[in-house]
Amino acid sequence: MTESILEVTDVELSFAGVKALGGVSFDIRGHELFAIIGPNGAGKTSIFNVLSGVYRPQVGEVRFAGESILGVAPHRIAERGLARTFQNIELFENLDVVDNLMLGRHHHLGYGWPSAVAWLGKARRAEVANRRRVEEIIDFLEIESYRHLPVGMLPYGVQKRIELGRALAMEPRLLLLDEPVAGMNGEETEDMARFILDIRDELQIPMILVEHDMGLVMDLADRVMAMDFGVPITIGSPHEVQNHPDVVRAYLGTVDDAATDVIEEVSSR
Amino acid sequence: MTSTLTPRRAPRPPRGRPLLRTSYAQDMGLLNTPAKRSSTALVILAAFTVPFFVTDDLLLIFTLGLIASVGAIGLNLVTGYAGQVSLGHAFFLGIGAYTGAVLGGDPEGSVTGYGLPMWIWLPAAGVVAAVAGLIVGPVAVRLRGLYLAIVTLGLVFLGEHIFREARTFTGGPGVGRRGPDLELFGVDFAQAGTLFGLGLSRDQQQYLLALVFLIVFAFLGRNIARSGVGRAFSAVRDRDVAAAVIGVNLTVYKVMAFAMSSFFAGVAGALYYAVVGVFEPGAFGLLLSIQYLAMVLIGGVATISGSIMGALFITSLPRIAQEIAHLFPVISTSTAGGGIINVFQFEAILYGLLIIGFLIFEPRGLFGIWMRIRNYWKGWPFSY
Repeated sequence: MTESILEVTDVELSFAGVKALGGVSFDIRGHELFAIIGPNGAGKTSIFNVLSGVYRPQVGEVRFAGESILGVAPHRIAERGLARTFQNIELFENLDVVDNLMLGRHHHLGYGWPSAVAWLGKARRAEVANRRRVEEIIDFLEIESYRHLPVGMLPYGVQKRIELGRALAMEPRLLLLDEPVAGMNGEETEDMARFILDIRDELQIPMILVEHDMGLVMDLADRVMAMDFGVPITIGSPHEVQNHPDVVRAYLGTVDDAATDVIEEVSSR
Repeated sequence: MTSTLTPRRAPRPPRGRPLLRTSYAQDMGLLNTPAKRSSTALVILAAFTVPFFVTDDLLLIFTLGLIASVGAIGLNLVTGYAGQVSLGHAFFLGIGAYTGAVLGGDPEGSVTGYGLPMWIWLPAAGVVAAVAGLIVGPVAVRLRGLYLAIVTLGLVFLGEHIFREARTFTGGPGVGRRGPDLELFGVDFAQAGTLFGLGLSRDQQQYLLALVFLIVFAFLGRNIARSGVGRAFSAVRDRDVAAAVIGVNLTVYKVMAFAMSSFFAGVAGALYYAVVGVFEPGAFGLLLSIQYLAMVLIGGVATISGSIMGALFITSLPRIAQEIAHLFPVISTSTAGGGIINVFQFEAILYGLLIIGFLIFEPRGLFGIWMRIRNYWKGWPFSY
């Protein structure tokens, strides 16, 4: 088996007595789409914040591309190739779409402030070259018509897409998607699902997906990790996970036939 | 790799389709539409002809306005673009002013002066102020918003105290000292002379010098704003956590914003008081910081052209207040009395009203007003 891009081992994170994560372990294999599900407060977003360097866990180890990233500053982790989107859109709303995506390419620019101030050949060439890459992503995500509009003015579904674009612009080796279809209508969800599949199959970027839309998770994910109260319940294929009794208990409280039927019905939608 | 693909100069758009882009370089140009090119050329040309139509007393106000624009661009970099509210701009202006005055001042005077030429004292004023900014910058990494504003406010008081006590450099309160001599490339701008075969008065020469400096610094400011550096500033301003997660080093860019802003302030301070002549430590109080913040707010946050408009407007405000006072006898033109309020009180009221008015009705400042006019005429005779 190929070396995994991400290995998380026994990570524990607490905030003054509140245990957010209690012994989380998993790894990402190849360019798979790994989904994390769980009820609200299960610690899904906490995992993302640990991975991107916003939180530092008290116990455990996180190895990204073979190196430990614990205690590494968020911008350094980004430079190593870890990109993420946010549950609540975190775009730079006063800047236009191109500038937001260009910011995703910030560490690819490769020129310092002296050439920026003078706009010397180096800065100009780097800007044009990176603009070309940004346009490829604009083309990929079909957001051409919004190119020069401030993102704060754009509709919610488009903003979600631009946030994905900003993460893609970083040319990540691992992409973390935090609820990419939350609050979207059916059509927007289908579009986003298609982009996610294209990212996995065409761009071959491994992804970790946190999502409440079970239909989407079960259709798309290669493997699923279910969590509750900061502890993983099980890791396995979508089918295994949705029939796991502890998972059903976490979502619905008790296991009986009626509940299983509901789960089946929801997940088959 | 791309250098072979990218021609040195972007190809021109085809004839008859001036807004069609055929390369990214065209789209990313500083003046990327024919309208922007011609209007900028027109404004610069008009600015160069102003000294030949305007009386010298008005011209001096414009000169100071142009120099203040450089300082306002600096403040807009740190506060407008990078979002770090700074009340300490007066401190950096003061550092620049005194660096310029000490290095370029008269060696035989009662205060310290080294009589160095302008091409040394002017960049030095910027550099010394930038170093001061570098020292203050790390504070901004720990604090933000109002807390940062309070710390930078402390900086102003600290600076005022140092300027007051360092009498050998500053002359002390009530006495002051002379600014450096404005002499560049053998031309003495502090007195009437001939420039390019034209007989010019002192004020005309100083105006032209200030204009050239402003054009240079406005260009540098725009470059910072449109490059990766400016984008990183805006990212830090809008969402700092997201900025860090996509790879922007918050510490580096916050400190850089302060250093760059202070460089602009240092240059502006040195030039401004070289034109003014004698100045004393009291000039660098909180009021000066507020004036510069007003320039940024009234001109337009996070715009270079707005900074210039705001600076010109705020510098002319005392004169505008005076002209209004002449029209209405209710406002007396001196402190001796006569009307209900005197012109200085009127000016202070005008200040307050303008800041409040702009914040409520036109948060994008004079630049916002200009955008509205522009968009109206772009679509004319249709509304959209």
